[in-house]
Amino acid sequence: MLEITNLHASIDGKSILQGYNLSLPAGQVHAIMGPNGSGKSTLSYVLAGRDGYDITEGDVQLNGETLLPLAPEERAARGLFLGMQYPVEIPGVSNMVFLKTALNAQRRAKGMNELDAVEFLQNIKTAAQQLGLSDDMLKRSVNTGFSGGEKKRNEMLQMLMLQPTCAVLDETDSGLDVDALKVIANAINAMRAPTRSFLIITHYQRLLDYVKPDVVHIQAHGKIVATGGPELAHKLEAEGYKAFGIEQAA
Amino acid sequence: MSDNANIHAVIDAEYKYGFVTDIESDRAPKGLNEDTVRFISAKKNEPAWMLAWRLQAFATWQRMKTPTWARVQFPPIDYQDAYYYAAPKQKIAPQSLDEVDPELLKTYEKLGIPIREQELLAGVAPKKIAVDAVFDSVSVATTYKKELEAKGIIFCSFGEAVQKHPDLVKKYLGSVVPVADNYFAALNSAVFTDGSFVFVPKGVRCPMELSTYFRINAENTGQFERTLIIADDQSYVSYLEGCTAPKRDDNQLHAAVVELVAHDDAEIKYSTVQNWYPGDKDGKGGIYNFVTKRGECRGARSKISWTQVETGSAITWKYPSCVLKGDHSVGEFYSVAIANNCQQADTGTKMIHLGNHTRSTIISKGISAGRAQNTYRGLVKFARTARHARNRTQCDSMLIGNQCGAHTVPYIESRQPSASVEHEATTAKISEEQLFYCRQRGLNAEEAMTLIVNGFCREVLQQLPMEFAVEAQKLVGISLEGSVG
Ligand SMILES: Nc1ncnc2c1ncn2[C@@H]1O[C@H](COP(=O)(O)OP(=O)(O)OP(=O)(O)O)[C@@H](O)[C@H]1O
Ligand SMILES: [Mg+2]
Repeated sequence: MLEITNLHASIDGKSILQGYNLSLPAGQVHAIMGPNGSGKSTLSYVLAGRDGYDITEGDVQLNGETLLPLAPEERAARGLFLGMQYPVEIPGVSNMVFLKTALNAQRRAKGMNELDAVEFLQNIKTAAQQLGLSDDMLKRSVNTGFSGGEKKRNEMLQMLMLQPTCAVLDETDSGLDVDALKVIANAINAMRAPTRSFLIITHYQRLLDYVKPDVVHIQAHGKIVATGGPELAHKLEAEGYKAFGIEQAA
Repeated sequence: MSDNANIHAVIDAEYKYGFVTDIESDRAPKGLNEDTVRFISAKKNEPAWMLAWRLQAFATWQRMKTPTWARVQFPPIDYQDAYYYAAPKQKIAPQSLDEVDPELLKTYEKLGIPIREQELLAGVAPKKIAVDAVFDSVSVATTYKKELEAKGIIFCSFGEAVQKHPDLVKKYLGSVVPVADNYFAALNSAVFTDGSFVFVPKGVRCPMELSTYFRINAENTGQFERTLIIADDQSYVSYLEGCTAPKRDDNQLHAAVVELVAHDDAEIKYSTVQNWYPGDKDGKGGIYNFVTKRGECRGARSKISWTQVETGSAITWKYPSCVLKGDHSVGEFYSVAIANNCQQADTGTKMIHLGNHTRSTIISKGISAGRAQNTYRGLVKFARTARHARNRTQCDSMLIGNQCGAHTVPYIESRQPSASVEHEATTAKISEEQLFYCRQRGLNAEEAMTLIVNGFCREVLQQLPMEFAVEAQKLVGISLEGSVG
């Protein structure tokens, strides 16, 4: 499904990703863990096609198609979703309008006609309920004035609505209370499917207790330094990055 | 991430109303002198008092100078090198739409303006809108007149009002914007050709939106229309004005005057979607839009609310204002001004508080893109007589790219210690982060920008009547086309 090969990327002349390799097959959940500043969010932005990054080497393929020449919206239409570490506020644009515009834009890109308004309303209400988001939240401006946890739930609402085939979730668990963590884990688990895969970026073991990863990667200095099963996350939790020979730069 | 790299102004906006209607027109000789004024008055078959009023205005104008205080630049206008009257040639005055030249009907069809009554009924929105269509210097059709007349509402072209309701015109014309108010108002008073007239009698709530569509078609012709709206005690009316013009390489002058009068407990809601041809991306051509709009809350507890969406014109010089005379009267100004490419907009409002407990609200959203300059200029004035008056002003500017400019020039004058003013101003750049977020969800760059800008303008756009809000949102997108790369 997602193949990252020898990816090198830099921003403003600073090299961040330095030979990144990762292979995420369809139907699997992979976790990425790594110290602050090791380039996890950078990887997610590069995958999604954000402007400003120089890709100096390597390739990224989604279902056999290289993503690098594609615009962010073209990647989105191919099923790539990025749950952001810091979701963005869009004042004056209601959550509902935003999602409807996004859904219809993706449908148009796929040659489908616009979603029926009633169907959309039903879907969004069901999804909001599943995530414990009130109707009031749907009418409010996108992420504007939302608490940290509410923003993360809102990212999940978008994921449920857009039904991506490959979801990259950047620290979706950070800032969530214990109950919210379970709600979000359930939402992810409910979406797991043989044709869908997840790349979960996290600092903590606890999300992985609920969403069982197939593979755990440890990342440092812009590349993956260790790959293994769920036991890697336990080892990290118990012993820290030193156990992987990673010196934390201050 | 550098904004410059991502949001550069590659400008190639397309103006879709730029076509020309091939229709023969009847024109005044080129140039401006007393004879031009007499010619217009004669063409319109005006009574002597109207001609006298015009001639006096012309004499006043000749003694005045072009104002230079606005932040707009343009070469001196040669008033002798233009036509002041152009009317589509019709053998006889049309008595019904069936007699209107089909070319004209086609023009309004192309513009999406419903000048046939039944067409609206067939649409999805069953809501009625009465339309007065002004083509160059004359009104070509007014719809729903009968239905409005049944309620005692007068909605007709200005020319017709002079003929049929001379007492009302005499009483109110120039009572809000005096002839000598400013250079362009004086010019308009001398050579105005047509426009709309509305009178809503005591206690009547106008049952539908009234609207006027102005279209400049003829080349080298100035458009000078005059609108007068009077809301008698306890009445209500909502009025909308829209305008377009063909693409031409020359600049064309548009100098309108709008006067509103609200008596006791009356309310007038005046909305404008201004979409004159803005000129090409290098600043060639486009309309010079010098407009004087003023409303007087003459009666107690009256209310006047201006909502404007200004997207067109090469130059916009426009300050819809409220004179709050009646105690407890309310003035509102909601504005979205978009300037792209080489457009220059200097717009804002004046809230003149004269009565006790008068209140005013100003919400201005300025968006600049390309190499455009966008200025908010506003005056809030409290006279000694305005006890416990209040104003709230909010001016937000948004910059797209780094070659444009946004300026805020607020003036506050108070002679009344009990007055209160709240002023807030912000300037933001459209963020790369927001654009990326939208694009990650599937919107392309232009859809993303349109969505973000519409969100920025929401407080203003939601003041528009429903039917027009949707149009205005689309227009926001169209006006900014090409400003994101
Ligand atoms: N525009 C930039 N110019 C220079 N350095 C940058 C720029 N943007 C990001 N960086 C640097 O790139 C490195 C990787 O950042 P990134 O956000 O990808 O880390 P992360 O692994 O997601 O960290 P965290 O766990 O704290 O979220 C950091 O050292 C950061 O300071
Ligand atoms: Mg990060």
